Amino acid sequence: MKRVVTSVLFFAGLVAVWQALAAAGLWSPVLLPPPGDVAHYLLKAVKDGSLLEASLVTLGRLLVGYLLGCLLGLPLGLACSRVQALSDTIGVLALGLQTLPSVCWVPLALLWYGQSETAMLFVVVMGTLWSVLIAVDNGAQSLPPIYVRAARTMGSHGLHTLIHVVLPASLPFIVSGMKQGWAFAWRSLMAAEIYVTILTGYGLGHLLHFGRELNDMTQVIGVMLIIVVIGLLADKLLFAPWERFLHRRWGTGR
Amino acid sequence: MTLPSELENPVPAKLAVEHVSKSFQTKRGNLQALDDVSLTVGEGEFVCLVGPSGCGKSTLLNLVTGLDEPDKGGLSSDGLKITRTGRERGMMFQEHALFPWLDVLGNVLFGLKLKPHLTPAERLQVAKFYLELVGLKDFIHANIHELSGGMKQRVALARALAPNPRLLCMDEPFAALDAMTREHLYADLQDIWSRRRKTILFVTHNVREAVCLGDRVVLFSPNPGRIREEFRIDLPRPRDINSVELAGYATRITRALKSHTGTTPSAE
Ligand SMILES: Nc1ncnc2c1ncn2[C@@H]1O[C@H](COP(=O)(O)OP(=O)(O)O)[C@@H](O)[C@H]1O
Ligand SMILES: [Mg+2]
Repeated sequence: MKRVVTSVLFFAGLVAVWQALAAAGLWSPVLLPPPGDVAHYLLKAVKDGSLLEASLVTLGRLLVGYLLGCLLGLPLGLACSRVQALSDTIGVLALGLQTLPSVCWVPLALLWYGQSETAMLFVVVMGTLWSVLIAVDNGAQSLPPIYVRAARTMGSHGLHTLIHVVLPASLPFIVSGMKQGWAFAWRSLMAAEIYVTILTGYGLGHLLHFGRELNDMTQVIGVMLIIVVIGLLADKLLFAPWERFLHRRWGTGR
Repeated sequence: MTLPSELENPVPAKLAVEHVSKSFQTKRGNLQALDDVSLTVGEGEFVCLVGPSGCGKSTLLNLVTGLDEPDKGGLSSDGLKITRTGRERGMMFQEHALFPWLDVLGNVLFGLKLKPHLTPAERLQVAKFYLELVGLKDFIHANIHELSGGMKQRVALARALAPNPRLLCMDEPFAALDAMTREHLYADLQDIWSRRRKTILFVTHNVREAVCLGDRVVLFSPNPGRIREEFRIDLPRPRDINSVELAGYATRITRALKSHTGTTPSAE
């Protein structure tokens, strides 16, 4: 409870400082609108449904691309950690591609798939896949060999060992890899949406882009706030429970 | 409560190690960890392997469990050649090697889940039986990191016993524990061994521990790893590690060990 109060006070303070700066009139209200105006935009956008629709479009793309990236990255990472030949090929490829900022995939996706949902999906998958793959691979490779040996003396072999020992033992690495993959996917999708206008659905990135075209700072800041809030919620709802579980089981963290 | 047939004691295994050699390639060249080692262990016998570190004791256990293969010679259990790991030969490691992603019960259930003929209820019953045997019935749902060193080794023992192996290898399982905890475990292990007849190969560098537990104590020396001498321990059980007769045996064996290796083993 005390932590909640601390957080609320901090953010109330931030808004107060913002309000004070806007009221001081140092900058034109076009460039720095007061918090009330932004709240007004948000209220309006919630009422006319445009904000909810854009959020759903964006989250839909994100979720599908992210899940696809994880579904590919997890088994590939595990396979790379066990098979030297895969580690020397796919592993190296992943390492290289992972250093590529995911926004760099956008031009290629546009040329390949045009202004389509497929292009969006492609960018998100590329943002997710490589970092998940590498995290799982690293995690599984840095396991103490004693776990696998102990499992073998109890009659575990092959695929059973992979699924019931290597996979759960790498869980801390997998969760942090999936978290990183999520962050990359989120960033790459925003970049793609700002960059590419597609007709099958406007996401949050598009709202941001239109705000700039209309010179509407309240919309720009309002949408940015929503993007931040979604990022925070994803962290708290998707990953925090897993991390708490891991800390409790492994006895790590605070 | 009726015990499922799973809990019946199978006939303990007979082990034969014949002219086994094993070497490792290291940076400093070829290292002969075991050199022409032969050893037979009878049905239900408790044999302790003693020697300074580096004389190939762990290497031998790895060969017996099937985790590793010998360069020369062969190992067999009841006349069948040992080619790979199997749940009829269990292992307990010096580091507890418990799985941190599972709780106490999950760890003990691990090997049982590999037995397809058991129902979930039977597995649970068997797991609880062994946790009770090692005195940890009240810690079924504890996380591994919440246990003391002694409790972890008890869980490891329950986990190794649960698949009902006929031979159990124990690699310095109590070396990292304090003396008090160890004495409890000596008593409990003797009790468990008398109730669940198993053939046990027990590695230690502690001579008194070996005399307290073993029917037979086998001395190793390093560089290259060889068996030098064997002692039969004719003391009634259960044995008390602080008894005078036991100290007499320990003194003799320690002297022998010194003459073979020129080093002083731990004489705690
Ligand atoms: N996997 C390995 N690779 C290289 N050397 C090893 C390996 N395992 C054991 N050795 C070496 O073999 C010798 C015997 O080791 P070990 O069986 O662990 O001895 P002990 O258990 O009696 O202390 C040691 O010198 C050790 O360094
Ligand atoms: Mg050893």
